[in-house]
Amino acid sequence: MPRYAMVIDQSRCIGCMACVVSCKRENDVPPEHYRTRVLEMVQGSFPDLTTEMRSELCNHCDNAPCVNICPTGASHHEEDGTVQINRKKCVGCKACVTSCPYNARYINEEHGYADKCSFCQQRLAEGKKPACVATCVGGSRIFGDLDDPQSEISIILRKNSHRVLNKAVGTGPNVYYINQYPKRA
Amino acid sequence: MAFSRRNFLKYAAMSAGGTVLADTPFISAEARAKAEGGNVKYVPTSCEMCFWKCGAVAKVVDGKVVKLEGNPYHPQSRGKLCARGQGGIGQLYDEDRLKHPMIIDGARGEGKYRKASWDEALTLVAKKMQAIAEKYGPESLAMMSHGSPGDYFTNVLKAMGSRNIAFPSFAQCKGIRDVAWELTYGHKPGTSCERVDLENSRVIVLFGTHLGENMHNSQNQEFAEAVGRGAKIICVDPRYSTAASKSSFWLPIKPGTDTALLLAWINIVISEGLYDKEYVEKYTVGFEEVKEAVKEYTPEWAAQETELPMRQIVESVRELCRYAPNVVVHPGRHYSWYGNDTQRARAVAILNALLGTWGRKGGMWLPAKAKFAKFNDDAPAYPPASKPPVIKGDFPFAGGEGVTQVLRDATITGNPYPIKAWIVAGTNLMKALPDQRLTRKAIDNLDLLVAVDLFPTETVMLADVILPECTYLERHDGLYKISTREAGVAIRQPAVEPMYETKPAWWIGSELCKKLGLNDYAVKGNGMDAWEGRMRRQAKAWGLDYDQLAKHTGYVSIPDSEKPYITADNQPVFGTFSEKIELYSDELEGEGFDPVPQYEPVEHPQKGMFRLIYGRSPVHTFSRTVNTQWLWELEKENEVWLNKKEADRLGVKNGQYVVLENQDGVRCNKIKAKVTERIRHDCVYMVHGFGHNAPRLKRANQSGADDQQLITKYIEDPITGGTGMRVNFVKIIKEA
Ligand code: SF4
Ligand code: SF4
Ligand code: SF4
Repeated sequence: MPRYAMVIDQSRCIGCMACVVSCKRENDVPPEHYRTRVLEMVQGSFPDLTTEMRSELCNHCDNAPCVNICPTGASHHEEDGTVQINRKKCVGCKACVTSCPYNARYINEEHGYADKCSFCQQRLAEGKKPACVATCVGGSRIFGDLDDPQSEISIILRKNSHRVLNKAVGTGPNVYYINQYPKRA
Repeated sequence: MAFSRRNFLKYAAMSAGGTVLADTPFISAEARAKAEGGNVKYVPTSCEMCFWKCGAVAKVVDGKVVKLEGNPYHPQSRGKLCARGQGGIGQLYDEDRLKHPMIIDGARGEGKYRKASWDEALTLVAKKMQAIAEKYGPESLAMMSHGSPGDYFTNVLKAMGSRNIAFPSFAQCKGIRDVAWELTYGHKPGTSCERVDLENSRVIVLFGTHLGENMHNSQNQEFAEAVGRGAKIICVDPRYSTAASKSSFWLPIKPGTDTALLLAWINIVISEGLYDKEYVEKYTVGFEEVKEAVKEYTPEWAAQETELPMRQIVESVRELCRYAPNVVVHPGRHYSWYGNDTQRARAVAILNALLGTWGRKGGMWLPAKAKFAKFNDDAPAYPPASKPPVIKGDFPFAGGEGVTQVLRDATITGNPYPIKAWIVAGTNLMKALPDQRLTRKAIDNLDLLVAVDLFPTETVMLADVILPECTYLERHDGLYKISTREAGVAIRQPAVEPMYETKPAWWIGSELCKKLGLNDYAVKGNGMDAWEGRMRRQAKAWGLDYDQLAKHTGYVSIPDSEKPYITADNQPVFGTFSEKIELYSDELEGEGFDPVPQYEPVEHPQKGMFRLIYGRSPVHTFSRTVNTQWLWELEKENEVWLNKKEADRLGVKNGQYVVLENQDGVRCNKIKAKVTERIRHDCVYMVHGFGHNAPRLKRANQSGADDQQLITKYIEDPITGGTGMRVNFVKIIKEA
């Protein structure tokens, strides 16, 4: 069984938002909601500035509060390590939405269920990468199987120092960030 | 079948990598649909959310386009589409689209129209065109366009005997640069896409070229690739752009002084002996003259002029030379800045030549080599022009693509002869040309304005007759010659039938020919598949298998056309008179211009005023995508970037709405202030294309501000006629 994860190479992200629109189309995400977004954060003062481009999405946490809190069992772990939502079981109580420290979930008001990034489960089933990864113009999003030591993602994680967001909350995220910005002269 | 080796290798490698996550190689649209079964279709086609024309694949389920993906074979998309490309479905299903022909039913600008049939609308257009041609001569018919529809109306006008055809992409954008490079190398720096080998560059220099925000798919893929590999970026921009955030050297230059920096760099490169001596010797003429001409441009002088630290000026160019020739000074794209822009582009071209980048790995690749058989489908030659066109004005090097504002001026003055009809296809002139007051004045002088477009834009809603085109996802358009490292051919074909009563531009142009009695120039055959028939004949003439293209890959490459670098048996050919790179230009001298660029200072803003600069967003194209659902959702309005210190001084808070007023007292709509450290103190910046004044564009109307409204002043480049549009100054007015 694979164990899926994503790496975000922040130095390669050009903030083009192709991933965001692709995700919305692939997953029919309702207006004004997002399963993934790209934040651009600038620090310093003119002219000594640095930027961080940060793609955020559900971290498919190992120790996921959204799963723990879900009263119906709709939010659950799959065998491939991903966190998924069984829409039929979901009653739209919003417990998971408030429990997620990453603000990764939204309620699909039209259908009344909670929703979030699924790593494009439907595409994985067809042997494709998630939509955001497939179209990432910067090649910043890398997806793969942590259990396969030869996978691109395993190699990248071995070779580069990496971090997860908000490690302190202890949810065990599976989205890793590598951040190698060019050194300034 | 011939297809891209590069892509094939990439995909082969990915599948060999093993796990489930190698995206299924595309192989064939038809095979893919078959594998999925049900009512699924995959249609390879070409994106037209911008002009990059990426190969796309439309997934169609039960007759509805549900997803667009990049075509992995196509060298400009490589399996990916940008945000706009992904959002193309939003354009197709936008309820604000033009739906049927309309004829004006009131005064111009009132917005009152009545619905008409195609027959009525086209008969009216033809009758009016004929009457105007009879009264004033065919030369009084003109056309302005952008993108694919233009070709079909160029055909109509030429068949009528007019050559007054102009494209804003020349004088309002990249034409200036193209002319400069043609003068220097005898070639443009690329036809649709720049021939920059970013993927292999060690150092990339960008002058006001904000890759990342300026979203040209494959070029950005290569840019990110270069950054990921650790290539050095030198970014010259008064604004800390996305590209600047990736750079080793960000040079926050004083706007308008780029040529000073370039000339000082050229001086350093020569005086420190850092240029490629062999290359210069072998491929260029005029080195000594350049050496002489740049002597006075010292780093000290440039530091003062550009307000950059001298150390930064010197160190950045030394870094550039250290890795030459595997480096490139990007030729740039939108070039109409200050009215002396050809000389800036010449300086860039000269610097590249001194570093030996043309034909070098990581520099500029050589034009792909491919010959296509001539194909005109037995259409007769066009009649000669009734009168010489006005489109070049007094500009000796204005190209054949025409200077739009010259056409506009002639329409206003009637000099040298009256211009009485415009066909405007696929361009929103009110937002493309500087000084909207003049554009409006010219339009008021017309007896006939015909608009061919998808949406009820400002310009469309001034037309006498509106002809609704269908979107790129609903039409055949052409076999496109692609010229990247390799040459190839791509197809555009419909994923679904045209919605409402919209029609492809080829059909509109062809029917218009028939109504004008110009049957020989109409598309052969009747019905909606006539153009496809022509495409098939064209494929045959070019020796291509049409079905392979249409049903399977959407792109085929021309074998052995890829020879990007100089080798002993692959020497560059320069189309100049000397057949060398002309560092010193006799041609320019012959017309009384500086044969080697000289520095001309520009006017700077007075205290309390800011220079207005503008640029692009990665999720929008010009003013034409703001209404598109998912793109609008991501960026509904533009913001004006204002330096933090200046904002504090003015008491403007981040996110507060302000109004800008320019030197001529013209004000824009209210716009949100983005108070930021990312821009110099003496300029403000906004993304172009917002601030629509088009009530029928429900989402886009009145959102954000229109930079073009504030560009009431422009300075024409004397060499090409390009309109320098960064010469307007604004003050900031806090909203009451
Ligand atoms: S990021 Fe939030 S929604 Fe996703 S698994 Fe973790 S806690 Fe749950
Ligand atoms: S598609 Fe890739 S490069 Fe573009 S914003 Fe998303 S993560 Fe960044
Ligand atoms: S760059 Fe984007 S909008 Fe332009 S043709 Fe390519 S995918 Fe379409």
